[in-house]
Amino acid sequence: MNIVVCIKQVPDTETQIKIASDGKSIETDDIKWVMNPYDEFGVEEALVLQKEKGAEVTVVGAGPQRVTEALRTALAMGADKAVLIEDDDFYGADPITVAKVLAKAIEPLNPDIIFFGQRAVDDDSGVVGSAVAEFLDMPQLSVVTKVEVGDGTVQAHRPVEGATLVLESTLPCVITAQKGLNEPRYASLPGIMKAKKKPLEVISLADLGVERDDKLEIVALNPPPERAPGKQVEGETGQEIAINLVKLLREEAKVI
Amino acid sequence: MAENTILKGGAFILEPGNVEICFTPEDWSDEHRMIYKTTMDFVNNECMPHVEKIEAKNEEFARQLFATAGELGLLGTDVPEEYGGLGLDKMSTCVVTEAMGTAPSFAVSHGAHTGIGTLPIVYYGTKEQKEKYLPDLAMGTKIAAYCLTESGAGSDAVGGCRTKAVLSEDGKHYILNGEKIFITNGGWADTFIVFAKIDGTDFTAFIVERDFPGVSSGAEEKKLGIKGSSTTPVIFEDAQVPVENMLYERGKGHHIALNVLNIGRYKLGAATLGGIKGALGIATRYAKDRQQFGRSIAEFGMIREKLARIATQAYMAESVIYRTVGMIDASLEHVDRADPDYPAKASEAIREYAIECAMCKVFGSEVLDYTVDECVQIHGGYGYTAEYPAERYFRDARINRIFEGTNEVNRLLIPGETIKRAMSGKLPFMQAATNLLGEIMEYSPLMVELPDEPLALQEHMVGMCKKAVIFVAGVAAQKFMMGLAQEQEVLARMADMTIETFALESGLLRAKKAIAKLGEEKAALYIQFVEAYLDETIPKIETWAKQALAYIEEGDDLRTQLVGLRKLLKYQPINAIAVKQAIADMVVEKNGYPLG
Ligand SMILES: Cc1cc2nc3c(=O)[nH]c(=O)nc-3n(C[C@H](O)[C@H](O)[C@H](O)COP(=O)(O)OP(=O)(O)OC[C@H]3O[C@@H](n4cnc5c(N)ncnc54)[C@H](O)[C@@H]3O)c2cc1C
Repeated sequence: MNIVVCIKQVPDTETQIKIASDGKSIETDDIKWVMNPYDEFGVEEALVLQKEKGAEVTVVGAGPQRVTEALRTALAMGADKAVLIEDDDFYGADPITVAKVLAKAIEPLNPDIIFFGQRAVDDDSGVVGSAVAEFLDMPQLSVVTKVEVGDGTVQAHRPVEGATLVLESTLPCVITAQKGLNEPRYASLPGIMKAKKKPLEVISLADLGVERDDKLEIVALNPPPERAPGKQVEGETGQEIAINLVKLLREEAKVI
Repeated sequence: MAENTILKGGAFILEPGNVEICFTPEDWSDEHRMIYKTTMDFVNNECMPHVEKIEAKNEEFARQLFATAGELGLLGTDVPEEYGGLGLDKMSTCVVTEAMGTAPSFAVSHGAHTGIGTLPIVYYGTKEQKEKYLPDLAMGTKIAAYCLTESGAGSDAVGGCRTKAVLSEDGKHYILNGEKIFITNGGWADTFIVFAKIDGTDFTAFIVERDFPGVSSGAEEKKLGIKGSSTTPVIFEDAQVPVENMLYERGKGHHIALNVLNIGRYKLGAATLGGIKGALGIATRYAKDRQQFGRSIAEFGMIREKLARIATQAYMAESVIYRTVGMIDASLEHVDRADPDYPAKASEAIREYAIECAMCKVFGSEVLDYTVDECVQIHGGYGYTAEYPAERYFRDARINRIFEGTNEVNRLLIPGETIKRAMSGKLPFMQAATNLLGEIMEYSPLMVELPDEPLALQEHMVGMCKKAVIFVAGVAAQKFMMGLAQEQEVLARMADMTIETFALESGLLRAKKAIAKLGEEKAALYIQFVEAYLDETIPKIETWAKQALAYIEEGDDLRTQLVGLRKLLKYQPINAIAVKQAIADMVVEKNGYPLG
């Protein structure tokens, strides 16, 4: 059984994002990059199947050289090998382009299951998994919190408004992981040292024979509005404060 | 690395700094970075959410933490692979230790277990001892402790040792009698490294199991901080220790005790670094949130200067500690693991840096105390309450100036070792002192022309600080000769001058490396750290030097020497307030240590 996990490297959620001078991208210079948290669920699920079914797990990422760090982390968690599609200008590409490129790289790996995170926490587009399923003509089980692989089939659960949708599909298929699927393991120190010796293949867009043909363009990024400072309601007595509060709510906030 | 590119221990004061051989945190490998992240994840997910359980000294939970840490490899970095560990470089151990340094109390339990509890067996154990004990210690299924201190044997651990070992009549056991106190992990440990004097004279180490007859631990100490760690007496009443559990050789316990302390000291430096960055993080976030006078207090200059100072000192501590570990790793590369004499040679390679290890310990623990003190201050009244973590950080930090050799004892070691090495000809210190005393009268700071490049002034001043150290040491040695060892006030000032000079140079070399790699603009923060720190430190170094000279000499001699000193340390202050304002901006923007 072959399992592929696609990994996007995203800014750490604690990083303070600065919008670059072009107004439509972010400053990437001193960002701390991590594996997209939803992708970690995919890696963990693949590693469970690696153990249960003897599956071989390949992780695939695209982007500049720094993306190797996310791939190495997956190798340290236990994945068997990694492929980096190296391209300096890939971050922020049209998700459909990303999917085309990934599909091209994944196809020869002959996967039974391709895992994705249900979305990436940086641009929240949530398109790539579906588009890869489309390009490879595979069924897709999206936003799942439970996976059970049978003989040539897979069952998965998707929570829907408190209820559970149980899906079943044949293999090969694409699965996108939702929070709750599992508890991703740590990259242990022995795992980190072993990862050093695991194969990490680096290929280019040219090697894949794909050219960038982005249809979607980010035209502007706007930071969230600054939080207005709080206001302390003045007054000597509780009654006075209440009166002033009502006044403010009516006259300034205009909510009553 | 070739032999001649290694800086000898204590030699930095005599030689110009060399960027090439100065290891910095920026030289961490990908593996080091991943190890750091795994350890931080362990602390943030397994320790932080359970602070209350940890603080309650819950033994079961502590064992669980050890087991989880063991599975992740966080206990085995120094244990060779053939004994269930990972056999990594010292850098990896330091990376783990730094990250673990933020874990409340467990940092200390972990440090004692992996350091003083495990390393004596790693370095001095026989094959059988290693096979028997190390795998469990590396996996965390057993916990280790180190028993050196006694009521009469604190700083004078070897001389004051009263615990006695006597060979049993059948020659199968050593019978141990005595009481050790203040033993970290004392209430939980399964194996103890115990120091005792065979027949009351030969100071020797033993591996003692809790289950051996006659071994028990006493009541938990009620402590100021690190309340979640176990600290108890360990008592030996006719304890039977099989003869094969003697560690290393009879009468050679002090080799183990002192060498393990060397390692313990740079590791403690790394642990304090974790605490420093942790406290700076909470102080910064609090300062940004807290509003007074209609503004966040992080906008007030006095608060900002505190944040900038902490970050600057953190940078220096980081530079000192990783430079030292880099030296030790480089030196260990020349020791062959397969050599039957490996323990002795490896220990010797580490001992070479005893001075640097002591500096890591003193500098790290004092920066940490400054940090947690200002962290409470930034929190105002809330910092004084147990509601906020600032209070715990404040209490937990204090122990670091006391154990692994008090900072006084470590300060004494710095000039003490230097003088010893000078006397034996290992370090050409006397030559340097004689030359300096000869040339200083002719020297004029007016002749100095600095190149027009960043940090040129600072590089020049670091060179001058070295001369000031040599100058004061030379004058003191000339005056007191062998009696210098008794002049602690002078030695303390020599130690402080040495430590600060080492810090300055380590920070400087690191910044130069950053400039070479990133360019001046992107290395701005490194440059600012060095500028800010040097500006605050030169006056201190000058004061210590003056005080020492005023004690040593008087009259015309003193006046001449003070003139010489003034020439050496002539420095026109830069606009350090503006520099610190820029640093504070970065700290506020990054919610804490800006290089982290
Ligand atoms: C929480 C905790 C955990 C510990 N864990 C361990 C452990 O796991 N294993 C272990 O063996 N020990 C441990 N210790 C003991 C610790 O290492 C000692 O407390 C320390 O070495 C100091 O010894 P002392 O307390 O007897 O102080 P003393 O030696 O009595 O020192 C008192 C003061 O005198 C100063 N002083 C002493 N000698 C000199 C001198 N020659 N010149 C100038 N000043 C001097 C000291 O610096 C200090 O300020 C622990 C202690 C604590 C509090």
